[in-house]
Amino acid sequence: MTAMIQVDGVSKSFGGVQANRGVSMSVTEGKITGLIGPNGSGKTTLFNSIVGYHPIDGGSIKFEGREISKLRVPQIARLGLLRTFQQTRIYGEMNCVENMLISIPHRNASWRDMFAKHPAELTEKAEHLLEFVGLYAKRRLISGDLSFGQQKLLEFAMALMNEPKVLLLDEPTAGINPTLINGLIDRLKRANEDFGITLFVIEHNMRVIMNLAESIYCLAHGEMLAEGTPDEIQKDQRVIDAYLGAH
Amino acid sequence: MTLAARQQLLHGVVLLCGIAAPFLFPNYTLQVSILWIMILFALTWDLLGGQMGYNSLGNILFFGSGMYACAVVQIGLYYNVGDYTSAFGAVKVDFTSEQYFTGLVLGLIAAAVLSALLAVVFGWIVFGLRGPYFAIGTLGVAIAAGELVSAWGWVGGGGGISMPTYQGDPDSRANIYYFLCLASAVATFLFLKWLYSTSFGLAINAIRDDEEKAESMGIHTKRYKTVAWSISAFFLGISGALFGNMIGFIEPLEVAFPTVTFGIFMVLMALLGGKGTLWGPVLGATLFHVIKEVTWTHLLGWQWVALGLLIIVNVVYFQQGILGWAQDKWPEFFGIKVDPGSASDEPARRAAE
Repeated sequence: MTAMIQVDGVSKSFGGVQANRGVSMSVTEGKITGLIGPNGSGKTTLFNSIVGYHPIDGGSIKFEGREISKLRVPQIARLGLLRTFQQTRIYGEMNCVENMLISIPHRNASWRDMFAKHPAELTEKAEHLLEFVGLYAKRRLISGDLSFGQQKLLEFAMALMNEPKVLLLDEPTAGINPTLINGLIDRLKRANEDFGITLFVIEHNMRVIMNLAESIYCLAHGEMLAEGTPDEIQKDQRVIDAYLGAH
Repeated sequence: MTLAARQQLLHGVVLLCGIAAPFLFPNYTLQVSILWIMILFALTWDLLGGQMGYNSLGNILFFGSGMYACAVVQIGLYYNVGDYTSAFGAVKVDFTSEQYFTGLVLGLIAAAVLSALLAVVFGWIVFGLRGPYFAIGTLGVAIAAGELVSAWGWVGGGGGISMPTYQGDPDSRANIYYFLCLASAVATFLFLKWLYSTSFGLAINAIRDDEEKAESMGIHTKRYKTVAWSISAFFLGISGALFGNMIGFIEPLEVAFPTVTFGIFMVLMALLGGKGTLWGPVLGATLFHVIKEVTWTHLLGWQWVALGLLIIVNVVYFQQGILGWAQDKWPEFFGIKVDPGSASDEPARRAAE
């Protein structure tokens, strides 16, 4: 039970808005950890701080025991800490297979690897992952022409192609229709169990997060409000108040 | 006929036409030489503008730097450059055939290498800029370079340099430069064709589509951008060196750093043919050059109006260019189609084919 990500007293403000105030939390290796909170409570800011998108004002962020709060986005990604975006970001003018092929891990990429051809095993792996998310038939289509839900699945497959140690998912089910959501929950669990990827998930859909996560953190007004198992969180009066706006 | 065989045939036909052109139309050798340089322009511009999404308006910088680097090497090998340029061609200089070709070969190498190095240095400065700021920033660098060279007395300043003269007959001189231009354009095309088939091609496409996503996936974006620009500069440097020698006289503003003519033409040609494709720039450059020459001959006085009209129609009604339009119209021909089945039957299907 080691902590993959250890966040200690992280603060971040934008102008006059304190988005995160002394936030501490940890993500345990091999588990699925959830992060919930009302709109504007600072969830995405915390994600952005962890992956190095912006400098933090104070506190420390460790990944596998190593301080990463001063590193930049691509460096952190190469350590094996990857994130997906709330608005879904893919390479819109390339087809699905190309999107996958360029998502290989760049951990030990040398100058010579820049000019390498794509080995057949890699294409095969890309195609298998596309099949895993149900996009195999559309693999030759330009990814920007896919529906929003399909693009989300593609982004998830690209993240798996990168073989991260920890994957941060920002609202993976937002904008996906309810029948597809069950399939996605199942795939997230399989990514965790079969591929051994530690997951850290922001989610608004309570049914999804209570099904998925083994432990949950709740943010409100930039501060850590509560943490616990799904059962504890569901019964916590402070969490209920925060969501219903009783302040 | 398979796709690969059709491609081979197309390459063969284009190359054959290229080789035969100076013998079939000897009066147009210089014009067709410039056409090859235009194709090289469009191809090297598209490497950044089309494939990587960085619209540079300053690529002409490397054309000029190559031209001057080559001239300085050609002259400096046998004479004092300062004396040679300050005499404005009044001093009697002779280059033997051997001196001429030694200078030319070393000059071409220097032009390519120096331009590539310049791209690394300038890339380090301007790749912090994105979108329109990058375009304006690179334009500024190119204009500044032209002005700086104008003020640099050692290389002739605004007065320019008369290039070393070739001792042989003018027709063989024209043919030598014709084949050098042809070879440099073909080399650029083949190099880029190979480059786009490696993971380099995918990486710069990823940077074009979403650079922030590419960074968050751990791609070494700055490394790719710098290398892409220096590849572009390498070939542009060679084209500048050839052009300077072919024209015989170089000066900073009109010949070496012509930002408003060649510098803009390279953008237009790539847009016309279809940016982000391999053949688009070739097609665009050919069409553009022909239209330009025809209007210069038959619509003299109105040639800039005609060219302006072409640009407006292209940018307003036809943004994706000729090949981009074809790809929208016949997606299946370009392999964009739904392909049912599953990844596990793929090996079996490949075997069946």
